[in-house]
Amino acid sequence: MALLSDLVNLNLSDTTEKIIAEYIWIGGSGMDLRSKARTLPGRVDDPAKLPKWNYDGSSTGQAPGEDSEVILYPQAIFKDPFRRGNNILVMCDAYTPGGEPIPTNKRFEASKIFSNPTVIAEEPWYGIEQEYTLLQKEVNWPIGWPVGGFPGPQGPYYCGIGADKAFGRDIVDSHYKACLYAGINISGINGEVMPGQWEFQVGPVVGIGAGDQLWVARYILERITEIAGVVVSFDPKPIQGDWNGAGAHTNYSTKSMRADGGYQVIKKAIEKMGLRHKEHIAAYGEGNERRLTGKHETADINTFCWGVANRGASIRVGRDTEKEGKGYFEDRRPASNMDPYVVTSMIAQTTILWNP
Amino acid sequence: MSLLLTDLINLNLSDYTDKAIAEYIWVGGNGMDLRSKAKTLPAPVTDPSKLPKWNYDGSSTNQAPGQDSEVILYPQAIFKDPFRRGNNILVMCDTYTPAGEPIPTNKRNAAAKIFSHPDVAAEEPWYGIEQEYTLLQKNVQWPLGWPVGGYPGPQGPYYCGIGADKAWGRDVVDAHYKACLYAGINISGINGEVMPGQWEFQVGPSIGISAADELWVARYILERITELAGVVVSFDPKPIPGDWNGAGAHTNFSTKSMRKEGGYEVIKKAIDKLGLRHKEHIAAYGEGNERRLTGRHETANINTFKWGVADRGASIRVGRDTHKEGKGYFEDRRPASNMDPYVVTSMVAETTILWKP
Repeated sequence: MALLSDLVNLNLSDTTEKIIAEYIWIGGSGMDLRSKARTLPGRVDDPAKLPKWNYDGSSTGQAPGEDSEVILYPQAIFKDPFRRGNNILVMCDAYTPGGEPIPTNKRFEASKIFSNPTVIAEEPWYGIEQEYTLLQKEVNWPIGWPVGGFPGPQGPYYCGIGADKAFGRDIVDSHYKACLYAGINISGINGEVMPGQWEFQVGPVVGIGAGDQLWVARYILERITEIAGVVVSFDPKPIQGDWNGAGAHTNYSTKSMRADGGYQVIKKAIEKMGLRHKEHIAAYGEGNERRLTGKHETADINTFCWGVANRGASIRVGRDTEKEGKGYFEDRRPASNMDPYVVTSMIAQTTILWNP
Repeated sequence: MSLLLTDLINLNLSDYTDKAIAEYIWVGGNGMDLRSKAKTLPAPVTDPSKLPKWNYDGSSTNQAPGQDSEVILYPQAIFKDPFRRGNNILVMCDTYTPAGEPIPTNKRNAAAKIFSHPDVAAEEPWYGIEQEYTLLQKNVQWPLGWPVGGYPGPQGPYYCGIGADKAWGRDVVDAHYKACLYAGINISGINGEVMPGQWEFQVGPSIGISAADELWVARYILERITELAGVVVSFDPKPIPGDWNGAGAHTNFSTKSMRKEGGYEVIKKAIDKLGLRHKEHIAAYGEGNERRLTGRHETANINTFKWGVADRGASIRVGRDTHKEGKGYFEDRRPASNMDPYVVTSMVAETTILWKP
């Protein structure tokens, strides 16, 4: 097997100018990531210089068999941590041959919102806290949990260490370095309250880049779990009962919020969010009602409330922000399986463009 | 113990000697079994015509009788050896009697004649071949990742999929991609296929006879890699009966005339000619193809010839880009994964360029 890894790790830059580009897109379910690779004649750093491509949409639930081509438009480039060298990962979105975004393409609408001059002027920053659960490959049960049973109750696991408290750190640590290598703005990681559950954060990233980076970070994570022989789940409530769910808390600020007097801007923005609570919740991930119960550090799904340092609120404002009179706020409602293109653009739209 | 073994396998001989190792590769008696053996050369060689002919025991590969067993190897193409690296090479050969006649299983010889025909050479035929294959567990005849005695969940999540529950064998695929690029094979891409444990790589665009040379050597490198990985590669066109996709070797083709302005008309004429010789082509497109070309699972029925733009249920598919630009190439979706590329590439050229109805 040592020789197989010699080949996987071959540094081609010594023998050829050619590079390998892995094109990534989101499949028909809205959460299934797909990718395939192609050879390019030389190094490319600008997505606008990458060729469009296409794939068989009839195999991903995105096109009928007799007219199956779906077109991939390259949108963002990252270094490939698996192939390294000059090889790249390319985040794409999906269009019909006629140039229309297909229904599952959420990036297109988000991009329109982020191109609005009023939104651009506000330089919206996002920090997304992606939680996820690692499951054993052969049974639908978290790693480290005894099959047919449960670990001890929550308490020791949050940021814990030790073979009896932290399960899967290899994956988390290799993911952290792989994302940094790739050029993703990963800002941290921690073990979560439920054992086998972890979190990484991406940000701060401006505008549409937040969605691109989070999707590619998810891709890298699932490629790593593939290598580790473990399954990653983005279900918002993987285990019923007295076990935490998994969210994707989205931290947000605009130029006005970050400037002196920003706290007033933040309060106005939060009010507008409250007036559109139902619309946001509908777009914040499937199955979220199983997670937003009012327990386990969530607010009930039918309630909108906000507070300083309140982890039981829909929106939490940090003590620093309150003290300095400017900063950001944390929308705690999005589920771990939310689409970041939808969530980030919706928050910008509601707080910057929408008027009650 | 294993540390020393890999030290030796990975020795860089260029530091100590000018000698180079050449692995001579040929196709054996059943038309799909690749064989190879190695010899030492006094110095590196980059031109196949400067390599010595060689010979092997044809009675051990079903290609000669025991009392007159020598089969002669003529070197035809050189690639860098990704396993031995340094100045060592892989050599694709074809096979002749001592008197200089191609033996019956030598399909390259007839293909080379077609590609040397002035009308064919003038048209610069390009090929892009999409080779599908299935990885099997070594000890049971069952695909890699499939539970023994059972089945994975139905097709849907696996095409270009990622994750330990969807993609099985990526190590083999990624090692193969880099190894082929290293070797100098024009490998243009890879993807996970619709059936789990099935993968695809593409070779091309390559001109004329080199398309098939490159595909055979790419198959050789793949099987050497699965040997390292302890997995078996299958080129069977329908490895699992039932609601599971088969494996093909779709062959994309264009000529100089098709790639120019007005090429779309040339393409349509070529497709018409292919339709008139459907039975002859099918007979040469791989054993067992009738199990695969059923009209379901993105194939056209074996007895039907039809073509369409972006139609994956057709015998021949024309891409939307080609249709829109009025020039380009077409994809013959009929060849099975176990087709002989010398036969298929030369036959497509012969029918479309030389043959008249």
